[in-house]
Formats: sequence, structure tokens, C-alpha cells
Amino acid sequence: MSRTSRPGLRTSVCTGALAVLAMAGCTSTAPQATGGDAGGGAAGGGPIAVDAGDTACDVSAADAPAGTITFAVSNTGSKVTEFYLYGVGDRIMGEVENIGPGLTRQLIVEVPDGGDYETACKPGMVGDGIRAPFAVTGTATRSVDQDTRLAEATAGYKRWVTSQIEAFLPKTQEFVDAVKAGDVEGAKALFPVSRTYWERIEPVAESFGDLDPKMDGREDDERDPGVEFTGFHRLEKDLWVDGLQPDSGAIGDQLMADARDLQTRVAALELTPVQLANGAKELLDEVATGKITGEEDRYSHTDLWDFKANVEGSQGAVAALRPVIDEKDPTLGPLLDERFEAVDDLLETYRVGDGYKLYTELTADDTRKMSDAVDALGEPISQVAGVVTA
Amino acid sequence: MTGLSRRHLFGWAGAGAALAGVGAVAGCSATAERPALSGAESVVPFRGRHQAGIVTPAQDRLHFVALDLTTDNRERVIGLLEKWTAAAERMVAGAETTPGGAVNRNPDAPPDDTGEALGLPASSLTLTFGVGAGLIEKLGLTDRMPPGLAPLPAFTGDQLDPATSGGDLCIQACSQDPQVAVHAVRNLVRMGFGTTAVRWSQLGFGRTSSTSTAQATPRNLFGFKDGTHNVKAEDGAELDRHVWVQPGDGPAWLDGGSYLVARRIRMHIEIWDRTSLSEQERIIGRDKGEGAPLGEQSEFDLADYTATGPTGEPVIPTIAHIRLASADNLGGVRILRRGYNFVDGSDGQGHLNAGLFFIAFLRDPHAQFVPMQSALANSDDLMEYIEHTGSAVFACPAGLGEGAYWGQSLLEG
Repeated sequence: MSRTSRPGLRTSVCTGALAVLAMAGCTSTAPQATGGDAGGGAAGGGPIAVDAGDTACDVSAADAPAGTITFAVSNTGSKVTEFYLYGVGDRIMGEVENIGPGLTRQLIVEVPDGGDYETACKPGMVGDGIRAPFAVTGTATRSVDQDTRLAEATAGYKRWVTSQIEAFLPKTQEFVDAVKAGDVEGAKALFPVSRTYWERIEPVAESFGDLDPKMDGREDDERDPGVEFTGFHRLEKDLWVDGLQPDSGAIGDQLMADARDLQTRVAALELTPVQLANGAKELLDEVATGKITGEEDRYSHTDLWDFKANVEGSQGAVAALRPVIDEKDPTLGPLLDERFEAVDDLLETYRVGDGYKLYTELTADDTRKMSDAVDALGEPISQVAGVVTA
Repeated sequence: MTGLSRRHLFGWAGAGAALAGVGAVAGCSATAERPALSGAESVVPFRGRHQAGIVTPAQDRLHFVALDLTTDNRERVIGLLEKWTAAAERMVAGAETTPGGAVNRNPDAPPDDTGEALGLPASSLTLTFGVGAGLIEKLGLTDRMPPGLAPLPAFTGDQLDPATSGGDLCIQACSQDPQVAVHAVRNLVRMGFGTTAVRWSQLGFGRTSSTSTAQATPRNLFGFKDGTHNVKAEDGAELDRHVWVQPGDGPAWLDGGSYLVARRIRMHIEIWDRTSLSEQERIIGRDKGEGAPLGEQSEFDLADYTATGPTGEPVIPTIAHIRLASADNLGGVRILRRGYNFVDGSDGQGHLNAGLFFIAFLRDPHAQFVPMQSALANSDDLMEYIEHTGSAVFACPAGLGEGAYWGQSLLEG
């Protein structure tokens, strides 16, 4: 579907999932917890203990040798948390999610290259997390040919997409439950939140040409005779314009069924590096044509949630490809970092609580700034596919 | 030049033979002794003493763009200007922005060159670069601010829209083929994303001035010949006096350059069209058919502003456009006009959104344009049929020597 955009979180309590690729700019809001003082880390052996509280993230080692690194993450706080290891450009090396209070879970991550990484706990599973530097020393034995790097990139992105869908399902179920319970205000609050996960992986979702129109079609899309307007935007219209209808619950159930179908299909999906790169570009195209215009969320006006999610999705794909990009064109990655950061910084100025200003509250000057920032990012993003395949 | 060109460059002789007229000076360049060609195949030299696109015989088509800097990083700006200059030099010669840029590269990457000029000849493309006060301020170069970039005063009747006014820098693309001009602007704009953003742009479809004695005087959308007494390429010393910034006028980086004043002038042509011929001619001060000053026989006859008719009234009314704008009336002030007609679709009320995109090159906007426009704004009956909706002033540096890039004299001088 050429037009696709979606609303994002209203209460950004993204339960269920990682809140994804934090990005630059986050450091200002992320209290830096020291990573413990156990220099030398868990070198040869046992897991590196992580004490993940509500306000601190104590990692018992600040470094480890390249290879397989295991973290044992204990949630000592009161909120559900998650733990990440990030590479350059916030590439997710590995993450473990949904760690309830009192629980300990392990993150086993392959880090073949030495260098500077970051650990992060995300109490409440929101925001950029409590970060700390983490050094990986040496280089693990492996063949780092081009094919290997590309395979790692697609595998890494696949993991990320999978994690998004894992979060998408329960959050969408909450949304549908609220619709079925007649809780209009609750459903309205959940609408942009559940869509956030969808919007992040939009190119993947769109690759299933039959699901996308059902889940994300617009009222004025052309349909075959007998095919109804269903999915997110039908419920959006019910919630914001028409009031809940007798079949709203059934529409919600169908949305969930389609979401589960999506999950099944993604599990079998094989992506190529060029698809990743083009997906990163398409997400920005979505922003330019669907979000900055207010087209997608025409009833709820929650377009900036979708905007943010699209950008996060684009960054996710770029992050997965980053080692290849850095190898082929060392100037492109830093430029992308800079431009992503500029977009993020701009969007932050429109943040209201856990969400964003409504599209209808934006001025022409606001959308002009957004357009400039997306244009500035779109050009280097458009180079990624060529660089990766060069 | 390496790689594919859009089309091989024609030799001067071959091109010239195919063209009507046009023996004028190529404009200011070091190669000014060469004949200036205005046909489809001709190539206007990119480098020279002055920038092309000023006294170059006015081409028929315009795409003008004003951009704002989105960064204050000087190195980033220099990088873009170098890239622009290289691409501009190639495009002016009829080539793609980069060798093979339209189709010959990685199929997984978007082409460097957007391709719509592939196969089109150079078409006398000129690309003229100017900087506005905003660029100088943003890059912290205010000690090099030329005096001519001081803001213009408000003129009576101005209806300026900030969205079509100002700009940190400009590129004027003129060509005999509109697609060649649009291609040039589009590709330069694309290179600028992240460093520059388009503030406004304007297409023009018919020149309204002659900048060479070899050119016939064209008509504006009021149907009148316009710019008969323009400063022209052949005017020699007059150019130094009225068009080229001279040493001592201001900061040295602009010596040999020129100021560009742009005004988007909306014409209420439907109203004008209901005006009688005699009224139209009195307002302009010329007869419509020949273009002769009222009371004279042919276009280039000098206007006699002292002549009176049988009743003692001046033959050329005291508020006629040509009188108010004449050097006689303005203490000898002249300007080089290089404007274009435009029609930007319609205005939603059944009227053409049409007018004149006025461009003038001059040595000092405040000594030349301001008194002229002030006289017109206060007295000219034409003001009832037009309104100025956009305004900008840029400083266009001198031409480039070998290896130099646009704006280098300002940024590194």
C-alpha cells in the first residue's frame, strides 16, 4: 500500500516491547549509571550480573572479551524492565525484554568485534534507558567476509522485527479489548501506542500485500466489490468520528487475527540487505507523504506517533546494516547519525507527556521544519542500498 | 570533462551558423570575444571575469530558486558549494551532474543525475549564483557584508509574502529549454538537502528584456515591449558604471560582481485587458504596436519628455511608466533588467496568477533600484494593475577562475 502511516503511542507505556532504538540525543535524558567496577569483567566465564533497578542499572563488568557474552539481568525494581547491548549507531546487538520485578533472565549475545558498546536498562520499557559504556576487547575468530556481515545484518534486523511483532500483538490486543469493552477513551489512548510497533516494521508488513490493506487501509482506498473498510483506520474512525458500531468488536477481532497471521508469516520471511536498505528509505518516504501531510491519521491526528515510529524503523534497518556501511563508505554512517539525531531532536520539541502534539496543532512552519529534516535524512538514506551492494 | 555528456558539445562555428542573429558579447567572460550563441546547441562559458547569466543574451526560460542554509557549519557549506560548482560546470556544458550519473551506475542506488535532461543539448544554460545577507550572517562573516545587501525599504503598495521573499542564497538558471533549466535547479537543490532548503522558486517562460542589441525587444504580459532602453552587453563603460561592482564600492570579495534584485510582480491582467488601448499607451508611455515612445515613430527613437500636445499637455504623461523609470527622471540611474513573464496557474478566483518576475542586475541597489521603485510605487498608474508580492536581494560574486568554486571569494578571500 503506497500510503501507509499510522498513529503511534499515546501513552508510551510500550509494554511488551522494547522501545527500540533509542537514539542519539538520548544521553541528555539518560542518567548514566556506572557499570559497576568489576573491571575485567566476566572474562572467561560466568555471566555478567546486571542489577536492573527503577533508577539504576549496575553492570558488574564494564568490559568483556569478544565472543559470546552472557548477562544475567535481575530486575530489582518495581517496573517491568528490559536490557540491551548497543553497538555504534545504537545497533542492537542483543536484548532481553519483559523482565518482571524479582525475575532474572539471561541475555546471551555474540559480539565478534572489539570496540565501544553500551549497555542499557529500560525500567518501564520506555525511553532511551539507563546507559553505560561497555568495552569489548579483542576480536573473536570468525570469517568476516562480506557475505557474513550481510547475513549478520539481515539476521539482526529479523530479530528486531520479530521483537516488534511480539510487542505489537499484546498491545493491539489491549486496544481491541478496550474497543470491545466500549471503553472509548481507553481505546483512543491505546490506538497510537499499538500502531507504533506496526509503523516501525511497516515495509515488512507491507510486503504482505493482502494483509496491509486489511489492517491499515484507508476509507477511500479502492477495494474490490464486497471488500469492506477494516483495520486500524476503520476503528480510528469509529472511535473519533462515528462512535463505536455494532461490528466494531468484530473488526477488532479480525485485526488481531490478521496480526497473528503477520507474525506467522514474518517468522518465515527471508530478507535481503537491499530490502533492508530500501525499507529504511521507504519508511522515510512514508513520513514525507503520509505523516507530515496528516493524511494517515485523519481522524485521530496522532500522526507524530507514526512519524516517530517510522523513523525508528528506518534507524533499525540502518543500524543492522551499519557494519557493512562503515566498511564500504566510512562517511555515510556518521552523516546518517547526525541527520537521524536532527530529526529526533526536532520531534522531541513536539512531545507532550508520553506522546506528541496532534497534527491539527501543528503550524505550517512546524511541518516545514519536519519536511526539511526528513529531506536532509532522505538523501543519505537513499544511498544506503547502493553502498551496501557496491 | 569526462564521461558521458548529455550530448556532445557543438563547435562554435557550427552552432553559430544555425542561429539567428546573436552576435553579442558572450557576457563578461574571459572568452568574451567569442560570439554569444543563443540557440539550443550553444554552450555559454561557465568561467570568466564575470558570471554568465547577467549580460549573456537573455535566454527564453528561467528557473530561479532561493534557498536557506539549514546549517551554520562553514565547512559543510563549502563542501556543498564545491559540489555545486562542479555539477553546474558540467550541466552548463550539456553534461550530467556526474559522469554517467543518470544511468550508468549501481542499479541499487538512485542515480546521481535525475535524468530528465538526458539527450538534451546545452541550450545556452547559465547558472548564476548569489548570496543573501542571511548566508553572511549565519556563517559569521558580517565584517564582509556588502552595503548593497542592506534591506530594501518598504515601497508603497507592497504586498510582500515572506514565503516568496528573501533567501540565504540564490541560483538563477536560464536556458532556451525549460527542461534544461528545471533539471539544473532540481539537481542542485537535491545536492543541497541537509545543508540548504528551498525557500521559494519561480519559473519564467518568456524573457521580458533584451540584454544585447542583437536581440529583439520582447513583450511582457501587458502586451508591451519592455526593456527597450535596457543596459546591454555592448554598452562597455555603462556596464562598469551601472552593473558591475567596482573596487572600493564595498568588501573586495564582491568586486566585479553584481547585485541581483528580484521582485515577483503579480499583474492583474484581466483588469488590464479591459483598459482601452489609448489608456494602456498613456500608462506605459509607448505605442503598443511599434513600441515607439509616444510622439515618436519607432521603438528606439529617444523619448522626448518635453514635447507637448495641442492643449499643452505633455505628450508622454507625467506619470507614464517610461518617464518615471527613465534615467532622465532619476538623475542618470540605469539598471540591467533580465526579467521573465510567469503564469503560476490560476488563483482560485478564475484569474490567471500571472505577472512579471523582475530581475535586475546593478551595481548598487540602494542608489539605483530604490529611487526607481520609489518613483514608480508613488506615482505610476501601472501600480493599479500590479502588486509586488515577492522581493529579494542577492550579491552575485564575480566570475570564477579555473578551479574556483561559487562563493570562494567570500568564504576564503
